[in-house]
Amino acid sequence: MSTTSPRIKTRVFTAIVVATNVLGNSCLSRGMQSVGELVSLSPVPYIRALFNPWVAVGTSLLIVWLLSTMALLSWADLSYVLPVTSMAYVLVALVGRFVLHEVVSWAHWAGIILIMTGVSLVGSTNPNTAGKRHEELST
Amino acid sequence: MRWLLVWIIVLATTAGNVLQSVGMRHHGEIHDFRPGALGRVAAALVRSRYIIASVVAMAISFFAFMALVSIAELSFAVPATAITYIFETILAKYMLKEQVSAKRWAGVLLVAAGVGLLTV
Repeated sequence: MSTTSPRIKTRVFTAIVVATNVLGNSCLSRGMQSVGELVSLSPVPYIRALFNPWVAVGTSLLIVWLLSTMALLSWADLSYVLPVTSMAYVLVALVGRFVLHEVVSWAHWAGIILIMTGVSLVGSTNPNTAGKRHEELST
Repeated sequence: MRWLLVWIIVLATTAGNVLQSVGMRHHGEIHDFRPGALGRVAAALVRSRYIIASVVAMAISFFAFMALVSIAELSFAVPATAITYIFETILAKYMLKEQVSAKRWAGVLLVAAGVGLLTV
């Protein structure tokens, strides 16, 4: 992996970030619907919710999402990573349409096209423009 | 209640991502993905104050998001937090000194608009 080109490495990590985000949030959402309403300042109901299998799998996937995002941010700009990983929204909508057979409105299709256009614009820019300046900033 | 949770999520996510970016750039690029090397990365990161602060912010955002999806649909919860793109791009330019070109701004605005349309 250490000899792979930076562009491939950026693409691979972007794909991992997007996949774990979509699957993680889907599992979490499914689990929380069976757990029921949860607005509390006490940590106990949240910890209890983690014992629901869907919530547990979703949370594990979101931990992988967090770690792969951190790896990506070690070489790529925040203003590159954020828009590019929003491909996750497009995947959620497409899974809704083609797997769950939900109705996708014209506004949603327009949103999907705007996001894909935005992602390809940002994806064509140089992922790393800040480079060493961070070292001055963070000491 | 749902919009209060949205604002908690937006502010905590923005702070979390910016701190995470500062912490990871400070650590330097990860080249070696073998388990031993990743263990050393983890050992360095748990001692970084930027990463610790970012994890706290992300945890607040995560639990607020859990609360939000328990009272609202995921199709409301995810797009409502789209304003974070604008905040974070501004902070990336002025705090993280990233070069946000016209092309990148155009892309970010299209993405944010597209995510906004998903709420309609």
